[in-house]
Amino acid sequence: MRIGDAVSTYPSDEAIFRTQTQKVWMGIFIATLLTFPFVSSPYTLFLACLVGIAVISATGLNILVGLTGQISLGHGGFMGVGAYTAVWLADNMGMGLALSMPLAGLLTAAVGVVVGLPSLRVKGLYLAIATMAASVILHFIFVHWEPVTGGNAGINLQNANIFGINLNSDLRMYFVVVPLAIIAVLGERNLLRTRIGRAFIAVRDRDISAEVLGVDLLRYKLMSFGLSSFYAGCAGALWAYFFKVVTPESFPLDTSIFYLAAIIVGGMGTVLGPILGAIFMTLVPEILKILTAVVVPILPNAQVLLSPVRVVVFGALIVGFLLYEPHGMAEMWRRTRRYSHLWPFKT
Amino acid sequence: MADDILELKGISLSFGGLKVLSDVSFTVPEGKITAIVGPNGAGKTSLFNAISGFYKPQAGEIFFKGENIGHLHPPKRAKLGLARSFQNIALFRGMTVLDNIKLGAHSHLKTGLLAALFYIGKAQREEMALREEVETKIIDFLEIDHIRNMSVASLAYGLQKRVELARALAIGPQVLLLDEPVAGMNREEKEDMARFILDLNQEWGMTVLMVEHDMGMVMDISDKVVVLNFGQLIAQGTAEDVKNDPEVIKAYLGSGNVSDMRRRLGVEAAGSE
Ligand SMILES: Nc1ncnc2c1ncn2[C@@H]1O[C@H](COP(=O)(O)OP(=O)(O)OP(=O)(O)O)[C@@H](O)[C@H]1O
Ligand SMILES: [Mg+2]
Repeated sequence: MRIGDAVSTYPSDEAIFRTQTQKVWMGIFIATLLTFPFVSSPYTLFLACLVGIAVISATGLNILVGLTGQISLGHGGFMGVGAYTAVWLADNMGMGLALSMPLAGLLTAAVGVVVGLPSLRVKGLYLAIATMAASVILHFIFVHWEPVTGGNAGINLQNANIFGINLNSDLRMYFVVVPLAIIAVLGERNLLRTRIGRAFIAVRDRDISAEVLGVDLLRYKLMSFGLSSFYAGCAGALWAYFFKVVTPESFPLDTSIFYLAAIIVGGMGTVLGPILGAIFMTLVPEILKILTAVVVPILPNAQVLLSPVRVVVFGALIVGFLLYEPHGMAEMWRRTRRYSHLWPFKT
Repeated sequence: MADDILELKGISLSFGGLKVLSDVSFTVPEGKITAIVGPNGAGKTSLFNAISGFYKPQAGEIFFKGENIGHLHPPKRAKLGLARSFQNIALFRGMTVLDNIKLGAHSHLKTGLLAALFYIGKAQREEMALREEVETKIIDFLEIDHIRNMSVASLAYGLQKRVELARALAIGPQVLLLDEPVAGMNREEKEDMARFILDLNQEWGMTVLMVEHDMGMVMDISDKVVVLNFGQLIAQGTAEDVKNDPEVIKAYLGSGNVSDMRRRLGVEAAGSE
């Protein structure tokens, strides 16, 4: 049980981790992340890298959709831009990830700002369609701009390095992806402590009064599109470094929907939500796969028979979540935590 | 004599065929409380929207401290020092009371995107200075310390109105536009709000322009009253002048029965003392 968390100074009141308990838990969490790859199986390590990349991308989408209230179905396309750019820069300019990834992010941000232009005139469903159209156009470019993208066959990443170290194992990728995911989440958290995060939320909650209070809508909507796409571009670049190949089918429209589902299931507009959502969306299909594998000895062709069932179960789980807890997993987590803090008193 | 900080000249506004404001001209004296009154649908809120730049009048000019601000976007006008509260509470429901108030200071802060992402020294110092200022100047003054970390959605109506005032004050305004600051409040809340407005005016020297239906409050605290009816300015002057203006009495009652109107205005004015 923890009683109160009274603080006496403004800096300590505005700190991210305010109590000793929180700091201890954070330490345990970091230690776990550090030791995990040395005790995990290659398969779980592979999944951990995928989760890390998904966390970065989902956090980016959360900035746009969850915090700023601008819906987007272009996120998968943006990841594609980042992936292609990073591979191109690595193989043609000989760049390492430390350079190719941020540059890919910046180019994607520029594309995101352009795609975000309609948000100045349209909202909601119309914006969803406009961004989806952008995503279709990007897909068209991936397929047809062959000299750069390699067309339908895609391109392979030959030069996957960071600071001269070859990124040829999942273990090495893990130590690139996880710190970047932590930085990405902390960045979003920091944003929320400043005028920029407040302006995003103001645009989401009431754009008209935000404007009358001094928030330039044009500036902040486009900034949000740019920042969100920067995250997507970096996540796409990491994805390319992880799989070492990018094709037009690496980031189909499904990807955008996957990430929207992730932030909805996790809890939109919260910092924790995209993390939980990314974990859920990445791991649940895998867990379902393992469960079907268990049945194989009894039912030899279970994999084939049950694969459509798996998709349905996954969908049903998402819908179940939305019905049971519309504010997402982050809200469930918050409730549990509150309960544990006040234990043994009843809430 | 006080200078006029805000001057409206011949403002006309219509939506399609609907004339909402026609040729409205008046001035707002600096350091005084000016009230706009008028029946429902007279165009009071529309006039506020024109002043804050949200509506673009088809004709007329608006001068703020002698500068024509008619071409400026709403955020620019806020930055110059025009702050307002809304008739229908327009707080940001996803933010705490403190963050709502801090948002008001938005245009005076400088933190850029990169500094914000890493919360480096400059961003942190700016936020701390802001917190200090908001706490000592606004939160203490409006007596809302106990709710600062609450979500605005969970607050009672009267407190929400007070938070809106706090947010407007964080803009660091030179003119405060208040759209029906006491509407829907109970007697006690009304008296609190009236006291805050008077204190702001007398201690901070704040110029206030408010729309208000509560005649008692208007008569009690305003230095100047402007009366709108069907988008036209029909009278202006001191509360006393306006109260006895036959045009005003007609507007409020439709026809005849002047003594009844007199009594209503008089009784309400006396009753709130
Ligand atoms: N955006 C708009 N589009 C069309 N008509 C509008 C718009 N805004 C206001 N109006 C009309 O302008 C007229 C004046 O409205 P306004 O809200 O300014 O009145 P008001 O004096 O503030 O009334 P109340 O005392 O009820 O708040 C009304 O007839 C209203 O329907
Ligand atoms: Mg009104």
